[in-house]
Amino acid sequence: MSTITLRQLPPGEIATITAIHTEEPLHQRLLALGFRTGNHIEVIRLARLSGPLQVRIGTTDILLRRSEAEKIEVNLL
Amino acid sequence: MKRIALLGMPNTGKSTLFNRMTGATSRVGNWPGITVELLAGKVLMGGEMVEIVDLPGIYDLHGFSDDEQVVRHFLSKNTPDLALVVLNATQIERQISLLLQLKQLGLNIIALLNMSDEARKFGISIDTTKMSEALGIPVYIFSAKYGNGYGEIQQGVTQSLRYTTPGMTEQLRHQLEPDDALEAEMARVLKHSVQVPARMPDDLTQKLDRVLLHPWLGLPIFFGVMYLLFQAIFLFGAPFQDSVGWLFDWIRSSLLEPALASAPTWLYGLLLDGIYNGVSTVATFVPLIILFFVFMAIVEDTGYLSRAAFLMDALMARMGLDGRSFVMLLMGFGCNVPALMGTRVMRSRSLRLLTMMTIPFSLCSARLQVFVFFTAALFSPTAAPLVLFSLYLFSFGAAIVTALLMKGRLPNSEPFVLELPPYRFPTLRQMMMRGWHEVRHFLHRATKFIIIGVVLVWVLTNMPTSAATAGPDTWAGIIGSWLHPFFEPIGINEQLTIALIFGFVAKEIVIGSLAVIYGSGGDDLGNLIANQIDWVQAYSFMLFTLLYTPCVSTVATLRSESRSNGFMLLSLGWSLLLAWAVSFVFYQSARALGY
Repeated sequence: MSTITLRQLPPGEIATITAIHTEEPLHQRLLALGFRTGNHIEVIRLARLSGPLQVRIGTTDILLRRSEAEKIEVNLL
Repeated sequence: MKRIALLGMPNTGKSTLFNRMTGATSRVGNWPGITVELLAGKVLMGGEMVEIVDLPGIYDLHGFSDDEQVVRHFLSKNTPDLALVVLNATQIERQISLLLQLKQLGLNIIALLNMSDEARKFGISIDTTKMSEALGIPVYIFSAKYGNGYGEIQQGVTQSLRYTTPGMTEQLRHQLEPDDALEAEMARVLKHSVQVPARMPDDLTQKLDRVLLHPWLGLPIFFGVMYLLFQAIFLFGAPFQDSVGWLFDWIRSSLLEPALASAPTWLYGLLLDGIYNGVSTVATFVPLIILFFVFMAIVEDTGYLSRAAFLMDALMARMGLDGRSFVMLLMGFGCNVPALMGTRVMRSRSLRLLTMMTIPFSLCSARLQVFVFFTAALFSPTAAPLVLFSLYLFSFGAAIVTALLMKGRLPNSEPFVLELPPYRFPTLRQMMMRGWHEVRHFLHRATKFIIIGVVLVWVLTNMPTSAATAGPDTWAGIIGSWLHPFFEPIGINEQLTIALIFGFVAKEIVIGSLAVIYGSGGDDLGNLIANQIDWVQAYSFMLFTLLYTPCVSTVATLRSESRSNGFMLLSLGWSLLLAWAVSFVFYQSARALGY
């Protein structure tokens, strides 16, 4: 199992969240949106021009920027 | 009186339920965290009056955002007798965390699982009896939008109101258990009561997103949709506008004029040429405003607005803003005031200030009314929509230039994390309620300003009595000639200058005051102005109207939201400067090119 950041996860691949390295306020928000270690996450699409990612955790779709995605570690399934 | 609080994460249909319970017309937006002011309604339940309060959507009681603080503050200061916690049934797996946090506070709770229709479509099955046993609180599943299961909820609420909640301490955050314990509890409750399919079925939302969020086609489609909406507003709105105008003319000529024939000249002038002409000219725009908000409601409630945030974020980031700023700019097309208040969802002060700096350039419905009038009077029916569209481009352009100039002063490092809701069909009821609510709001705000405004204009243009109406010797004429040196280089005459002064109070009264100044209304007013100025002057006037201070309410909101006089003055000064400079460049270049 190889650990990569969410930023590196190609669209269509499913991975498991292993670690979240963000400061406290953002961490709380991410937890509430379903970013918990062990949850499955899929990158749906990337916006053009270094725009945000659309990811899916369970039944929730979330937008986040690439800079935030770099702070989230995942394991490819 | 007993108090019920509605709680839940953003975008769970809390406001829709609130509307259903109270019959009120609070706004329903498919946009996370849009409810920023606390709405309350009183209803009769089980034989007594109960107050229902709609709290802002929050993700979690630990949170640091303004909304989360509002909710914590509310719960400790005004502990409700019953908390209705609304959860999106399709996202029950993660939303249950908020329910458990609220339960730890010892609140008297009912859990309401909303969007039963969507959950069924996704193949999610929820056993409410088992869940209720595991949680130790009543659980109901329903659809706020269509009303299925709402009867049971009313009964449940009436029953639960017999119990009450003990008081709570200020330190809510410290009362909460750590997250690990919460996670174990979440797993325990969900284990036997909820079944979610491993993968979401490939539904309509995903098919639509493949087109609407297409890497290259997404943005052109978005702007195309916006353009078509504006075309549609005028296509459908124009006949209504004509009939309303005709009706007001008929009332004047066959009822009011004979009735007031024996009144003193000044009273006749004040009532008919002042108040009636002013108010009736403004009233003809009501159909357009209704249509505008019905269409905005469709764009917002379907979830397309959140997609716009996704598409635009990369560009907005380069201006120091983010996707949410773009959405607030679009909201500003309705009215700048709620858009400014909507920036409360942003935690970073510099991002908020930068967004608030750009919002006053959004072409709001009040300005739209001025532009519709001028484009109809001075441009051909084929050119009018294009002229109007060009003003929207100027509106965006001014916002972009402003952000680029000021982003260095207001650096933004706020993370951009946003939920993307699935597409939903707004019900006819939701759209009509929204259109009605916005028009009521517009008229409420406008009538005050309009009547005071047109009376003031009438006084200024008719005093002293020795001067000819709206002539150079009246008070208005004198003010106009003072300011003339500033407005002459941008092609704006003295009559229009006076209208601009009143437009500072509210753009709603610009056309009304022109009606008083020219002593005429409707089509006649348009013809009078068209005979006096050419299209270059008219466009310069529209550019100035677009860019200078939107209205007193916006200025007041800028002050109250930024809590800074300096910021308010900066915004005021900058918009005046930009308005004058843009009109100057346009007017002088057009003249130099021989137009």
